[in-house]
Amino acid sequence: MLMRQSLTICSFFIFGLLAGCSKPPSPSNNILLWHWMTDRNDTFQQFAQEYQKETGVKVTVELFAPSDSYSQKIIAAAQANVLPDIYGILDKKSIVADFIKAGLVADLTGAMEADGGAWANSLFDKALSDRSFVAGNVYGVKPGIYGVPIDVTDIQLIYNKKLLLKAGIKEPPKTFDEFIKDAQALKRVGITPFVSGWGELWLLDCFTSNYAFNIMGEEKIFATFRGEVKYTDPDWIKVFSIFAELRDKGVLIDGIVTKGNKYAEQDFALERAAFAFNGSWCVNVYHDMNPDLDYGVIPPPPISTAYPLKIWGSSGSSFVVNGSSPNKDKAIAFLKWLTAKEQQVVLARETYNLPSNKEAISVISPILEEFAKGMDESTHPNIWPINEDPSVSEAFDKGIQDIIIGEKTPQQVALDVQKVKDLKMSKGKN
Amino acid sequence: MDHKDKATAIFKDNLQNFLFVLPAFAIFCVFYIYPFYKMINLSFYDWRGIGPMHFIGLANYKELMGDNLWWNSMWHAGYITLIALVFQNPLAFALALACDQQIRMKRFYRVVFFIPPVLSQLVVGLIWNWILNPEMQNGQHIGFLNHFLYSSGFPQLVHDWLGDPKTALTTIAIVNSWQGFGWGFIMFLAGLQTIDKQLYEAARIDGASAWKTFTNITMPMMLPVILVVIILTILGCMQVFVLILALVNEGLVNHTDVPVTRIFSAMQNTNRFGYACAEAVIFGTILVCVSFITKRVSDKAKQA
Repeated sequence: MLMRQSLTICSFFIFGLLAGCSKPPSPSNNILLWHWMTDRNDTFQQFAQEYQKETGVKVTVELFAPSDSYSQKIIAAAQANVLPDIYGILDKKSIVADFIKAGLVADLTGAMEADGGAWANSLFDKALSDRSFVAGNVYGVKPGIYGVPIDVTDIQLIYNKKLLLKAGIKEPPKTFDEFIKDAQALKRVGITPFVSGWGELWLLDCFTSNYAFNIMGEEKIFATFRGEVKYTDPDWIKVFSIFAELRDKGVLIDGIVTKGNKYAEQDFALERAAFAFNGSWCVNVYHDMNPDLDYGVIPPPPISTAYPLKIWGSSGSSFVVNGSSPNKDKAIAFLKWLTAKEQQVVLARETYNLPSNKEAISVISPILEEFAKGMDESTHPNIWPINEDPSVSEAFDKGIQDIIIGEKTPQQVALDVQKVKDLKMSKGKN
Repeated sequence: MDHKDKATAIFKDNLQNFLFVLPAFAIFCVFYIYPFYKMINLSFYDWRGIGPMHFIGLANYKELMGDNLWWNSMWHAGYITLIALVFQNPLAFALALACDQQIRMKRFYRVVFFIPPVLSQLVVGLIWNWILNPEMQNGQHIGFLNHFLYSSGFPQLVHDWLGDPKTALTTIAIVNSWQGFGWGFIMFLAGLQTIDKQLYEAARIDGASAWKTFTNITMPMMLPVILVVIILTILGCMQVFVLILALVNEGLVNHTDVPVTRIFSAMQNTNRFGYACAEAVIFGTILVCVSFITKRVSDKAKQA
């Protein structure tokens, strides 16, 4: 009797294990999509239902948030080869390249260029190039388009009109000097001038690179990444010195180096600071937190006239199609439908994000339109020919935090960063 | 029953036992042994989480030995642990002693003291972010602590507690102790309640003072519980992570780094999975060693 019981338990267990080792999936009328966008989940679910009615293809939308956990899930699923038909890679371009080389991302060039490039032409070029690899790219990826942007985003300086008027400022600043003067005026009437979530290093990195482009131009930045220019170069010292000036003039909100962007958004929405450095997604966030907030958008005021100031702008969120999915064509068809004007208009209206479809831009709100203007002067690490080593970037960003809290001078930070760079370069040679 | 039948019966019996144990054993192997083996294995590779893996032998460990940020993070975790051992546990023990006496509202105190540990570390981080907020709006301090200090006549003490390298780690250690002391309190209280009351009665009849009773009865009887609480405190504090993330995001430069945030950063920011695994192996080994040393010291103390 006992023997039979133990055999039964074991059988269940073994069958359970075997069920996990099922056959590779075969083509079906079901598409599985994994995403991380809590604010867009309801709209995606609604789209899935509509799409099934229209085409008979069932799209199962599964949400995994927050984005950090989603990233880990995608990496784990890639290792186990259980990725869904459609997913997003929230990582550096080098990691996207690894996914492509592992056959986990489908090349969408054919679909994009079909019908005279109708699909590709309907989308913002900048957003598309962010998901493309050009010929001779450093990652060794076959040239092509590998992702579909479902919205675009850029990061700019946002100002509270009411608080600026309170300090007697009628126009937002056009130069960095004016920005510093405005900050002093704001301080005089007890208003904190500037907030941003610089506890998140990527946002700090973004602000810094805006000014690096403005001070030395992109060629010199890329030369630094290649190790041909040192971080101790006077131009880089000038970039680091911006933060010393912001600190010394009391422009930054207290605790900025440990502040997450969610808290920074809350501060701006609750009118605790007059300026914020944030991305176009903030329109949605501010609308939820304070629908009456009256604000405008400008690019960060340039500090130099030597080179144009570039802002970060790219595809905000994008999807890729699993290269080994048996439902590849159906997945591509769904993404084409998702980025068509009708769906993009709904997404923009429901979630206050900038649509990736150029035709849908005509229906967006005035504030999003201001963000959209910035796309012309935008850039992004994903479209740069070379990126800095992550360890150097970490030392760079932490060094800026050091300047902000007054622990190090720009010169000391430049030396520290260069040390890490030299170490990485010497390892690369070995 | 002949010899053959007996052997068959023993075999069947053993097989049956084995089959009962097999599912648990298999689960243990799949979810504990294999990942553990895989982590050690990966620590010898240069791997970005996806794509080809390059065997580099002990290079990750060699680099780790000279990684000042890593060893600083270890010291930071040690400091947080030390604060917990020196302040959190004695306070928990003292409060458990108080609640073990016949005092009014002791059930209420038990519930109150146990609230912080049952809260998620994220929630604790949110609460303390509000308490420690250094900002001002319309001339008023937003954070409760700074507002309290200012309105109590101590404006010179108003401070950016998490934004100043001199106070950030200590502030985190205090918040961690605030959350953690409830566990110690409950364990100490449970331990105190298992001590036979007749021992105290006998000591009272013999005329022993309160101090003598405490040192000769309470402390020796509580030693096993104290040991468990110390080991759990060390293991818990050394692995603090979510609280730090909730309080200071990616950290105040490197002043608030602890081993787990370094491991996370190696995986998330620099995509060095092999290096992160080497860090995890070293960290795990150190924790096991510390636990063994604590146990040995405590065993010696018991014998003495």
